[in-house]
Amino acid sequence: MAMTAAADSGLHPGFADPGLDSQRVFRAVLEAMARPGTIVGLPARAAGPAPLDAATTAILLALADYETPVWLDGAADQPQVAGYLRFHCGCPLTADPKAAAFAVIAAPMGMPPLSAFNLGSDEYPDRSTTVIVQVATLTEGAPWELGGPGIRDGARLAAGGFPPGFRRWVADNHELFPCGVDLVFTCGDALTALPRSTRLEG
Amino acid sequence: MTAATGYNFAYLDDQTKRMIRRAILKAVAVPGYQVPFGSREMPLPYGWGTGGIQVTASVIGPDDRLKVIDQGADDTTNAVSIRRFFARTAGVATTDRTEEATIIQTRHRIPETPLAEGQILVYQVPIPEPLRWLEPRETETRRMHALADYGAMHVKLYEDVARFGRIATTYDYPVMVNGRYLMRPSPIPKFDNPKMHMNPALQLFGAGREKRIYAVPPFTEVRSLDFEDHPFAVQSWDQSCALCGSTESFLDEVVTDDKGGRMYVCSDTDYCGRRRDRKEAAE
Amino acid sequence: MYVAVKGGERAIDAAHRLMAEERRGDPATPELSLGQIAGQLGLAVDRVMTEGSVYDTELAALAVKQAQGDLVEAIFLLRAYRTTLPRFGASEPVDTAAMAIRRRISAAYKDLPGGQVLGPTYDYTHRLLDFALAADGDVPWAEASDTAVADVMPRVADVLDREGLIEANPTGGGPPGDLTREPLTLPAGRDLRLQNLARADEGFVLALGYSSQRGYGNTHPFAGEIRMGEVTVELVPEELGFPVAIGTVTVTECQMINQFKGSKDIPPQFTRGYGLTFGKSERKAMAMALVDRSLRARELGEDAANPAQDEEFVLMHSDNVEASGFVQHLKLPHYVDFQSELEMIRRLRAAGQQLEPAPAGDWPVEGPRAGASVSQAGGCPRPAPEGQRQ
Repeated sequence: MAMTAAADSGLHPGFADPGLDSQRVFRAVLEAMARPGTIVGLPARAAGPAPLDAATTAILLALADYETPVWLDGAADQPQVAGYLRFHCGCPLTADPKAAAFAVIAAPMGMPPLSAFNLGSDEYPDRSTTVIVQVATLTEGAPWELGGPGIRDGARLAAGGFPPGFRRWVADNHELFPCGVDLVFTCGDALTALPRSTRLEG
Repeated sequence: MTAATGYNFAYLDDQTKRMIRRAILKAVAVPGYQVPFGSREMPLPYGWGTGGIQVTASVIGPDDRLKVIDQGADDTTNAVSIRRFFARTAGVATTDRTEEATIIQTRHRIPETPLAEGQILVYQVPIPEPLRWLEPRETETRRMHALADYGAMHVKLYEDVARFGRIATTYDYPVMVNGRYLMRPSPIPKFDNPKMHMNPALQLFGAGREKRIYAVPPFTEVRSLDFEDHPFAVQSWDQSCALCGSTESFLDEVVTDDKGGRMYVCSDTDYCGRRRDRKEAAE
Repeated sequence: MYVAVKGGERAIDAAHRLMAEERRGDPATPELSLGQIAGQLGLAVDRVMTEGSVYDTELAALAVKQAQGDLVEAIFLLRAYRTTLPRFGASEPVDTAAMAIRRRISAAYKDLPGGQVLGPTYDYTHRLLDFALAADGDVPWAEASDTAVADVMPRVADVLDREGLIEANPTGGGPPGDLTREPLTLPAGRDLRLQNLARADEGFVLALGYSSQRGYGNTHPFAGEIRMGEVTVELVPEELGFPVAIGTVTVTECQMINQFKGSKDIPPQFTRGYGLTFGKSERKAMAMALVDRSLRARELGEDAANPAQDEEFVLMHSDNVEASGFVQHLKLPHYVDFQSELEMIRRLRAAGQQLEPAPAGDWPVEGPRAGASVSQAGGCPRPAPEGQRQ
């Protein structure tokens, strides 16, 4: 019934069980971040507003709140998205990518370079932005060979739908280590992550 | 709300868990770096595992199976107390079996049974800063980490070599993580240090009083500091375990009388018990 | 056959039952009620509320009872409860100028508008054990004064301020931080320092304030004013947009006035040290004001070489819940670390080397060091060949 009421008011519902669903989604993100390139299915979902993918919506519901300014790209910056995040997460929205704890890229082709976001500092590298990029595919793109923490012998990620030069941005971001942003790629109800510690081989 | 009425699942409120989860994700992204977090007062005293408890409480879900050890044993009083805390506030299943657990919270040991992918090892950390005895000021040690300025630690270890002919640090032995951050492994014996290296499990470290979380992702390089002419080496015993006969585990010394009598038994009670079970079954 | 020690769970249960019995004491003696504790051990309750960061006399009295009068334990109980409380918002700053005064003294002026109001105090009592209190007995009511306490009692600091003789009240930009939500980063602003000091262990702050008086960073203080009484707490609900009174709390405020010689930018003037506590915690409020002023040394361009002026040292060690936990964690088993040290010390001795005393600050000192005498009697393991390098 809550669903109907929410739909009537134009507001999409959040998690059915906010506490436990948040925990499950966090574990999925943790798994992705700890094993870069691994594609993880979404364990709990909420029907968020377009153009957010289910995975993007779930990550924000699980991790964003009034302590985390969220930056939305032009495609995501819609009234229904802003209203949804303010209502369910209580998070402030920011126009300044350097102030963002989370950034949401719904249209990667027009996204700013990764260096536009908060890269953290040498003393506090943890203060960098986590950039959530909704990609066209996690499996059909040009494959990247990955190495670094979380990867035993080598991993491969074939995400696609990036702007030109994106691979260079990712490589440059890794060069900044321990500074740099952390990337989460979402597609429908699947996600994967490339923390700054991951290097692109070859 | 759970069995322990009036409290959230796993005690912490959702906002606190979100804050800790964000810190854990950043810790995983920067292996070995200590992420400051808004540590909360817990109903257990600081220094008794509040950091590990907050990490476990933020990670654990109803499908998890939790093992808690202190000094390698499931039955030491503090391990019992923490296991009960989660059984009560989260209603999760608990186990003594290392291989059955999805989350293992530990104080001072890494289990002898090798960990597997998908498991999470949560360490309780009293002092997270590896440079703290060399430089008491947080402002200074933070700068040293920023510059990867770890010369002081090498000097300290080399002073050991000069004086004792060997590195005399036996536990909480400093490690380099992913070639970048100097890290305290918490007061595990150096016997356990090699287990951290390229471990398939995710290793999370929580220091409640000092308000720091750090992590070693799976399959990450963890190197114990040493010198070419004084390579890192672990403890070993002439004795074997008096209960299970193991010659490969870390042994606790038990004083049996006041005339110098002593015996050696495995510190890891699950490992020791399983070996005894198998021996009995074979007989 | 040796059997590994078991039964931790049963032992814990039994120990807690025994403790509960000890707490209750002789059942022939009537049990304490929370009202008795709040009413007759009010200063203990006030301290627990102040350092526990919760204003609730009943909960604090319960904590005192549950902790058998161990106030640090009671503070811990209250703090652990506080963690679980939801937050509705932050109140407006309380206006101590509008306090309903019960005590107000100034050591700076002989007389001042509103006068000196001694109020309830142990000052000037002779500390002679009063054996009359040992017997049950009625205490005569204190007679009411003919003259009412003045309605308007300007704060001494405001009087000086009007003449421009004291620094303007330093105000931080933006809303004050909250170190119970955010980890402390250094250097900390005065907002976080004051919050830390308000929660800090009274004994620790007292000793630091005392040290500043004894030459470890003297700030030449005068107790400009100490006032105690009730202040109104106001909240601005989002939906109303104007302040609504939600209750009153008893607080003690101390404003220290300190000498300041001036710097190249600032003319000579008095400077401020501030202390505020719940209830009647006057010693704490005064000590807090001394340490607050000491911690402002750097900001005022003074040398900051003493413990009370050392922000990191003070803020990192002032909390008795943290300190008590960590000191007492040494009770937890350290078998594994001790075993490691035992093995090392035997090896060193077997190698015929004289073990020098470990230097201070040696790595690592967490956990018991193997400093105890080591028997070389039979059964001592010989050094084994070193294990394989990882």
